[in-house]
Amino acid sequence: MFLKDYISEVYNGVSSLLKGMRKTGYYFTHSKEIITEQYPDNRATLKLADRFKGEVVMPHDENNEHTCTGCTACELACPNGTIKIITKFDITPEGKKKKAIDAFIYRLEMCTLCNLCVAACPSDAIKMAPNFEHSVFDRSKLTKILNNPGSKIKEGIE
Amino acid sequence: MYNQTEIIKDTTDLGPEGELIVNMGPQHPATHGVLHLVVTLNGETIKKIEPHLGYIHRSIEKMCESLTYRQFIYVTSRMDYLSSHINNTACALLVEKGMQIEVPERAKVVRTILNELTRIASHELWIGAMAMDLGAFTPFFYAFREREMITDIMEDTCGARLTMNYIVPGGLMYDIHPEFQTKVKAFIKQFKEKVTEYEDLVTGNVIFQSRTKGVGILTASDAISYGCTGPVARGSGVNCDIRKIAPYDAYDRVEFDEIIETAGDSFARYMVRVKEMNQSIRIIEQLIDNIPEGDFVGKTKNVLKLAKGEFYQRVETARGELGVYIVSEGGTTPHRIKFRSPGFSNLSVLNHIAKGSKIGDLMATMGTLDLVIPDIDR
Repeated sequence: MFLKDYISEVYNGVSSLLKGMRKTGYYFTHSKEIITEQYPDNRATLKLADRFKGEVVMPHDENNEHTCTGCTACELACPNGTIKIITKFDITPEGKKKKAIDAFIYRLEMCTLCNLCVAACPSDAIKMAPNFEHSVFDRSKLTKILNNPGSKIKEGIE
Repeated sequence: MYNQTEIIKDTTDLGPEGELIVNMGPQHPATHGVLHLVVTLNGETIKKIEPHLGYIHRSIEKMCESLTYRQFIYVTSRMDYLSSHINNTACALLVEKGMQIEVPERAKVVRTILNELTRIASHELWIGAMAMDLGAFTPFFYAFREREMITDIMEDTCGARLTMNYIVPGGLMYDIHPEFQTKVKAFIKQFKEKVTEYEDLVTGNVIFQSRTKGVGILTASDAISYGCTGPVARGSGVNCDIRKIAPYDAYDRVEFDEIIETAGDSFARYMVRVKEMNQSIRIIEQLIDNIPEGDFVGKTKNVLKLAKGEFYQRVETARGELGVYIVSEGGTTPHRIKFRSPGFSNLSVLNHIAKGSKIGDLMATMGTLDLVIPDIDR
């Protein structure tokens, strides 16, 4: 009886090991089913999801115009104080004063990419961009001014 | 320079009966993070285990007190980073309960699907890491292959792979990706084909079975008195699935079984998690074709203010019961917030169940508790 148990235990043990090794052997011989991507080498073909949250950017159109009114809704929505908006007053051709942004300061090093600023924006002036290679040698390079120099607000955006 | 014999010769701090104190961690490949265990050994037998915490304490509870009810949700993704969706859901549910916000059906169903996907991803990672703790390196890659499909779905819909912050009070931050349903169906198909590989590689393996069966036995009464929840308690035969006891979101309209194993050893806890993944697939299958049309976020006020009082909400994360407790003074920020994390209670039982066993079994016992250290420290 003891011998029978012992032999069946050995048999079951060896068969379970062989069963597992057959699986590993299968993938060893079927290299096409391996899905590993070699990251820095596949840069040209690498495609990230369109919603990927990499950093906050401010899109400008071909006339160098953005849609940010400087309402500071994003600044209030940000949990970390990542965004700072400095506003100025432009003089319109009619001689009226109009509020506009002077600098949209964005500190990438403090950003947790939570998307709350983009969700809070009433005029869709900022969005998330799928850039993820952010390493630089100096931390000050991560503080960015998002509005292009000389850019102005699009007509009709209040 | 000391040589080996000189170090051992100094026996002054070995304790009364030749006890040996071994520090496991904070940097140890098998502790999954910065957990520091002070293990008192007598020969090879464990006499006492003292977990030292605080290496990754970020005072999340205190941080949340200075953030508004929209902002504090993103911080909770950093607690139990493997079930961040479920943490976010707990906070959103609490704010909705406190303010009586109506959540659209579409948001409820999508939340449930995402929560179950998160649970599968967490268990997949756990199986890989658990097998790696016991010396099997191959299952890790197979588990991560399926997990990668889930993170791709998350990346498409939520925009991030781990800390999504997709759930807001009232519903979802934005609508699901157009390809969400087809991708989830493709995942279900692949998962059902490939889950047998884990059975072949890990479950049926004779070395894995003999290292986990009968190791770290936790009785049902001990599980209750230590406050264990989740797969740890269910492996000991305790009914504690919050999805069954107090259903939230769309869990009241889906059919699934609460997995109960009665052996209470490490292998039972392993089996609970493997079977739970199949139940999660079952839940997703029932919901994925029936996502109702409509809004993805309900009507909320611009500034959220909770009424004065105390609020509590519990959910079932991949590790057990997560409770969120808020004391509100009627302002825009919580006056006091407390998280009841499942990992902390599950860790506290380690000394009880590992005492008296050999030090080699400690890895098998600790691995099946499924500890996530940022969840314990917060």
